[in-house]
Parts: sequence; C-alpha cells; structure tokens
Amino acid sequence: MSEHTSQTANHGGHEHHVTPPIVYVAIFITLLVFTALTVGASYVEMGVWNPVVAIAIGVVKATLVVLFFMGVKYSTKLTKLTVGAGVFMFIVLISMTLADYISRAWGRW
Amino acid sequence: MSDSTAIAHGAAETPGHVHGEHPPYQRHHFETVEQQADATNFAMWLFLLTEIMFFGGLFTAYLIYRNWYYPAFVAGSHQLNIFWGTANTAVLISSSFTMAMGVWCAETRRKGGLVLCLVLTFILGLVFLGIKTIEYSEKIEKHHVPGFHYSLQSFLNPDSDPEAKAAGDKPLPLDMARHTEVYFSLYFAMTGMHALHMIIGISILGFMIFRAQAGAYTTGHVTFVENFGLYWHFVDIIWIFLFPLLYLISRHQ
Repeated sequence: MSEHTSQTANHGGHEHHVTPPIVYVAIFITLLVFTALTVGASYVEMGVWNPVVAIAIGVVKATLVVLFFMGVKYSTKLTKLTVGAGVFMFIVLISMTLADYISRAWGRW
Repeated sequence: MSDSTAIAHGAAETPGHVHGEHPPYQRHHFETVEQQADATNFAMWLFLLTEIMFFGGLFTAYLIYRNWYYPAFVAGSHQLNIFWGTANTAVLISSSFTMAMGVWCAETRRKGGLVLCLVLTFILGLVFLGIKTIEYSEKIEKHHVPGFHYSLQSFLNPDSDPEAKAAGDKPLPLDMARHTEVYFSLYFAMTGMHALHMIIGISILGFMIFRAQAGAYTTGHVTFVENFGLYWHFVDIIWIFLFPLLYLISRHQ
C-alpha cells in the first residue's frame, strides 16, 4: 500500500494508519496457501532440507503476520526498532546457546 | 492495554478541569492522543518481546534435544496427527484474520462489525482448543503423557501401534525409546503454554465482546482492541512455528 491510498483516522504527530480490509484478505489467503505449501513440502523427501524449508516457510508467514496483521509496516520508527532489536536479540541468544552445546563436547561426538 | 476504562472515567470530570480540549480517553501525562497511542503500542511490543524470549527458550530446548535424541524425536513426531494439526493451523490463521478485521471495524467505528468479528475470533479460538482436546485425549489413551504411566509400547513394538506402523517405524532400543518421553514433555510444555495463552486470550475476548456491545471501542479510542490484536497475532505466530517443528519435519525419517 502506498502513502496515497492509505486512509488516516487522526491528524498531527504520527498519523494513525488504517489498513484496508483488502490487505487483510490478501494476507489471509497468502497465509493459507503457505500452510498448504508447508504441509505439501513435508510429504516430499528432501533429507536435511525438510526442516530448512519448513522453517523458511514459517519465517515468511510470521513476517507477513508481523508486517500486516500486526501493522509494523505502518508503525512508528520506535516500534520497528523495538521489533528488530527483539528478533536480533533472540537470534543472538539462540546462537550463543547452540555454540555452547556444539563446542562443549568438541571432538567427543 | 489498561486504559479501556478511560471512557467511563471521562464522564466524571473533576472540578476546575474542562475536558473539552482533548478527548476524554487521553490521559493527562500525554501531550497528544498520538503520543499516548505510540507509547501504548511500544509498551505492548516490549511485553511481546518477553514472550518471544520465553517461547524462544522452549524452541531452543526442542532444537537441542531433537539433535541429541533424534530417533526418539522422529518416532514421537510420527504419533501426531497431521490432519488435526493442519486443521488447527487453518483455524488459528482464520481467527487472526477475523481479529485483524475487528481492529479495522473499531478504527472505522463499525460497532456491529466489531462485535461480529470478536465473536467469530472467540468461536475460532474455542474450536482450536476443542481440536487440541481431541489430540490430547489420544495421547492420554495411548499413555504418551510423560509420568508414571508413560508407555514405551508404541516405540519398542511399533507394529502394535497403528500410527507407528503407518509411518514404517523400526523398533527403538530401550534407552532411545525412553527418550521419547523427552519429546512428549516438550510437546506438552510447548503446546500447553500455547493453549494457556489461547485460554487467556479467549477470556479477554469474552470481556471485550460485552465492552464492544456497549460501544466502548468505536468512539475513536481503539488502543485496547489494537493491542489485544497484537497479542492474538503473536499467539498465532507461535503456532506457525510449533506446527512444522512438532508435526511436519520428521515425516520422512
């Protein structure tokens, strides 16, 4: 949605964005398609790629929900920074935990 | 999310204070309504970040244990029903959609539409929990709930178990079969915490339906509906990751 088509409810400061229903319908259908896709992909033998594909589809679906259903795409810079910082911190914590578990028994697998 | 009662308080004006200069729902420590909305949105996201970290710990535990006890996790995963899992994913995505439409109805001051959307979200939430109950009762019947009555039969003798036989499972050695209990511990911890969030959400929805009927959210003050929407969509996102990790990724091993 471009700035021209977006409706606004308030004026002054950060304008309150109203996402039109057509966007929600489009995201809803996309999410259902991706759900069918991830179930279909699980029936295809891809070896180590099965989890990778499943998580990749999950990330796409979650991103759509965050950006449109949760409206982060139209939110303030503060909210965008908060969400970004949270995801970044989450990845850091997971990476450090996994690095510990991988290296702790190094050479004794 | 706490300022939904501000509308009710707006009527009781304190002496020497005129509310004509700003909407009654604007708290006095905020300069503008926009500032108030931005601050509340920021606070809600901070709460959701703590939730991400909480569920993130469970996901990390699942990741590590799945690597350690891989055959047990594969055999455990084969016990889950993909049909019910997929149905529940569709139900939850639909409830997120009706919730998003509810936010739109509140923003555009459609009271009837808002009540309808909230009721639909409420019903879809209950359908999700109903399907979860069917799945849990299967686990209880087969003694797959971790604890004193946990049964290894499906994993030591897969031919005696319809799900394990359909998946073509080979018998696991006793020590590995015992680790299927770890899989089901994580299964119940993760889906149980998710279900608890659903129950809390459904309870708040019930409260919101009555408030919406009284016209509380269609006066221009949509903060409560919006922030509840964020919570509901967050619960949806958790399921978006739980579904493939628990049900799907071990289908072929």
